[in-house]
Formats: sequence, structure tokens, C-alpha cells
Amino acid sequence: MTAANLLSDRRAILLLGLLAALAAAPLAAGDYALSILITVLLQAYLGMAWNVMMGFAGQFSLGHALYVGLGAYAGGALFAHFGTPPLVGALAGMVVSAVAGSIIGTLGFRFKVMGVYFALLTIAFAEFTRVLFDHWNWVGASSGLFLPVSHSVNDDFWNLRGSATMFYYVILGMAAAAFLFSRALLGRRIGYYWQAIREDQDAADALGIDVFRAKMVAVIISASMTSLGGLFIAFYNNNLYPESIFSMHRSIELMLGTIIGGIGTLFGPILGAVALTALGEALTVIGAHIGIDGVKQIAYGVCLMVILAFRPGGLWPWLRHRLRLDGGRR
Amino acid sequence: MSGPMLSVENLGKSFRGLRAVNAVEFQVPRGDIVALIGPNGAGKTTTFNLIAGAFPPSDGRVTLDGADITGLDQARICRAGIGRTFQIVKPFAGLTVEENVMVGALRHDGGDVEKARKAANDILDLLELGDKALQPAQTLTLPDRKRLEVAKALATRPKLLLLDEVMAGLRPVECDRMVAILTGLNKEHGLTILLIEHVMRAVMALSDHVVVLHHGEKIAEGTPAEVTSHPKVLECYLGEDHG
Ligand SMILES: Nc1ncnc2c1ncn2[C@@H]1O[C@H](COP(=O)(O)OP(=O)(O)OP(=O)(O)O)[C@@H](O)[C@H]1O
Ligand SMILES: [Mg+2]
Repeated sequence: MTAANLLSDRRAILLLGLLAALAAAPLAAGDYALSILITVLLQAYLGMAWNVMMGFAGQFSLGHALYVGLGAYAGGALFAHFGTPPLVGALAGMVVSAVAGSIIGTLGFRFKVMGVYFALLTIAFAEFTRVLFDHWNWVGASSGLFLPVSHSVNDDFWNLRGSATMFYYVILGMAAAAFLFSRALLGRRIGYYWQAIREDQDAADALGIDVFRAKMVAVIISASMTSLGGLFIAFYNNNLYPESIFSMHRSIELMLGTIIGGIGTLFGPILGAVALTALGEALTVIGAHIGIDGVKQIAYGVCLMVILAFRPGGLWPWLRHRLRLDGGRR
Repeated sequence: MSGPMLSVENLGKSFRGLRAVNAVEFQVPRGDIVALIGPNGAGKTTTFNLIAGAFPPSDGRVTLDGADITGLDQARICRAGIGRTFQIVKPFAGLTVEENVMVGALRHDGGDVEKARKAANDILDLLELGDKALQPAQTLTLPDRKRLEVAKALATRPKLLLLDEVMAGLRPVECDRMVAILTGLNKEHGLTILLIEHVMRAVMALSDHVVVLHHGEKIAEGTPAEVTSHPKVLECYLGEDHG
């Protein structure tokens, strides 16, 4: 018992140290470093959102760009047209994403569309929505939606208009909240139900769990969390194109960090985001030296395959073991 | 309430052309242990699946404690008070032994996780798995996985426990332990049990009543002594053995 406490203390200290370092980072980091850190934290945040559905509940979504796009457009369009504060836009985006997730969930889970077929269903919805937004003039259709830029030098948090440093703290807060939220979910009844369903749905069903309901809760939470990431992207980039925000490429990128870091673990999405971004940046630098186009993509792919071949469970379960943080499994 | 805990009337199931269960009738009196025996492929597991709602029967009726549960899905039937084990065990492989058992317990006490953990550990102690509570379930040996099946089902606090060959693969000593544990559950907690079993020493030691299935039909029932001397039963078992 005391050993377990010590262990969780060590983990808490490591986490707090990491958080303190991240909180202080803007003091030392230049513009470039800050933008990289924002990329990492955004990737980690979205990875954690996807992890709730895939990692905890075992439901494979290959179309999470749908919720990114809905969250981005809900917040972005309301702000561009009516000046609606992003917090209200965030709520709207979460509701729309939750509804979209419920529709996909109902179709998939009621009619027992499983595994790969369920993943295909999620892609179909993302693609369909992309085409819809491509033709919807109110949101700028295929030529894009642009958010009005403020010319004030002061950060305006409530309208999410301001410096990279402000955006950095916003996404740091979101990532920290997502981590704590995920941890709380796993420790509750619903977390146990999800994991049981992930491991063996039939056995979970036989224990009296309302499997349909538990899976719906996973989709709705995951979709809502993801849509908040979309809202961040909209306000950080100031422009939105259906072609990129709803893209299949984004759906894949979003889950890659979690897969590399460790699906179903709490820290995997964060570690994976760091590893992926570091790898991408390193290869860009090396690629610039060699001066051959396309080397980066190939090297990136090869690195991912090597990692997954040697650490199929992801990097975190292995690193956790190395750091002797194994006591409480996650 | 009086009346039997479980009543099965005219139960039937066809898989495409195959009649796996046909016109099966029996009752499990409250507080009793009833055994369901028969040669391989007799339809025992299928009968269990029909009672537990893994799939709906083609015909017939299942009544639990006076309530008609025919055709309900597994989760609802579990909530109505039937806990079951699977002949081919289904542990939640990536979870610890303790967490496996907590899952069923979490439907009670308002989903309080710490209460569920306590309940799970009590059940694990009872089944002599207490010292393996924090191990991942995938590390258990087959006999332990069988015990874990029983523990998971017990955690749902059933009125009626369905056990599908939980003695299979156990050594005689382990088998006697399991018999003692089940007897304890039955005598001390008044748990009603319906079990499928090939291990005759367990059947003889445990059951108040035995139902024999062959080719999907009930061919005999009675006390253990009665069925083991029943000519039809002898014929079907010996008949199988001699081709
Ligand atoms: N889901 C299914 N689909 C098709 N046929 C099935 C199915 N389940 C069982 N059967 C068939 O029904 C018959 C009865 O099988 P069942 O599993 O109930 O036998 P059993 O008495 O439990 O046998 P054992 O002692 O070997 O476990 C067998 O012929 C089996 O092949
Ligand atoms: Mg069987």
C-alpha cells in the first residue's frame, strides 16, 4: 500500500514538474519554439479526446476530423457573423458535435456495425459533411471562412484574440484539463464499463451493463472534447477551409500520436504528441540539408513503422516500465 | 414468494436446420442446486444461452422468480437476477483480476468504486483468488480463469447462478474446493444454482436434482442416484462410448 502511494507520489511529482516547466516555457521560448509547443499540446489534446472513444471504450473512429470541423465552424462562424464570444461558440460546437456523434453512434451501435465497418461509417460522415460545407455559402463554402483579426496589442482572452503566448496558455490549460478529465473518467464506473466493453463486449453485456448506452456516452464525450480542439484551431489560425479541417488526413494525424504513445493509456497521447512533433521537425531539418523532396514523408512513415513494430503497445507502456512507474498500470 | 426460482417450458432452438434444443422442460426450486448433464453436443450450453438471453428461443417460455423473461437480452436478464459463466471463459484480459470482478459489482451501491472494490475482494477471497487480485487477468491459469468466471458472475449479486462446466480442467483437489465453495454459497447465502457439469463426482456431491439432455431433448430427471441408474441415461452414455 505504501509502495503504491510512494509510486503515485513520484508520478504526481513528475507531472507537476512537467506542468511547471510547460507553464514557464514562454519565458524562454522564442516564436518558433512556442509554435512547436502549441502544435504538440494541440496534438496531445486531440489525441486524448480520441483516446476516450478508442482507447477506453474500444470504438474505432477514423473520422474524428468531423468533430474538429464542426467545433471550428460553429465557433468560427458565430464569431465572424455575430461576434459571439468563443465560450458560447464552444458550447454550440459541443452540442452540434454531440448530436453528430449520437447519430453515428445510434446507426453504428444499434445496427451492430462493428470494427472496420464502424470506422468506415465515421469516415463517410466526415466526408459527407466536408462536401456539405464546401457548398454552404454562409460559412464561405470552399473559399473559406475568415475570422476578424483584432488590431489591439492587448490579449483579449474572452474573444480569443491575441498573442501566441495567450494561445499557448489556452491550449496548455485545455490539455491539462483533458488529462485530469480522462483520469477521472477511467476511475469512475463508466470507465470500468468502457474497458470491460473494450476487452469483451459479450462478457460485459452478460454482466448487466447497458452496452449501447455506455458506448454512446463515450462517443458523445469524445466528440464534444474534439470539437473544443476544433474551436482552438479556428481562433488560432483565423481561417477555415472545409477541405483541410474535415480532411481524412487530419483524422489520421489526430490518432497517430495516441497510437505511437499508447492507446488506452493516460500519458500515451501526450508522449506520442511530443515524439511525433519532434520526429517531424527533426526530419524537416535533415531533409533541408539533404535537399531531396519527399524524403521527409518516407522517413516519417518508416520511423512510425519501426516504432510500432518494436513497441506495438506504444511508447508509454514501455517507458513507464523503464522509469519504474509501473505500480498502478496506467 | 413461493414457486420455483426458474421454470423452463417447452424450450426450443433451431440453428438453420439443426434442432439444438427441443421441448425442454424443467424447474429449479428456490434454494436448490440442479445439474444439467448429457453427452457432448446434447444442447446444454444452448439451453443456458436461451435462459441467459444470449439469443432468443425459437419457442417456449422462461420464467425467473415468477416473471416472464423470455426473449429479453442478456443485460436485462442479468439485471433481473441471473448471473452466468461462459464455458469458453471470457476474462477482461487487459484488466486486473480485481477490476474484472468490480465491473459486475458496479451496478450496485450507486456505482461507488471503492465499495465495488471491497465487494470484489470479498468475492475473490471466497474463491481463493485474493492474492492474485492485482494481476492482469491474462496471466491466470485456466483453473483460475474458471474461478474468475464464477467471481465475475457472483459480483452481479444474482438470485440464480448458471455455471457452465466450471470444474473442467480442475484437479480433483481443486474440484473438491470448488464443490465446497458452491455448497457454502448455497447453504449460507441461499443462492440457487443451475450447473452444467461433466465431472460426475461434483454432480453427485452437489446436486439435489439432475436433468439429463440428449440430442437436444430431456431424456430423464430425478435425484443423482435415480438418473445414474436410469436405463435411458446409461444407454446414451454407454452408447456414445461404444460408437
Ligand atoms: N451458435 C450456434 N450456431 C449453430 N449451431 C450451434 C450453435 N451453438 C450450438 N450449436 C450446435 O448445437 C448443438 C448443441 O450444442 P451445445 O453447445 O449446446 O452442446 P453442449 O451440450 O453444451 O455440449 P458440450 O458438452 O460439448 O459443451 C451442437 O450440435 C452445436 O454444434
Ligand atoms: Mg457446452
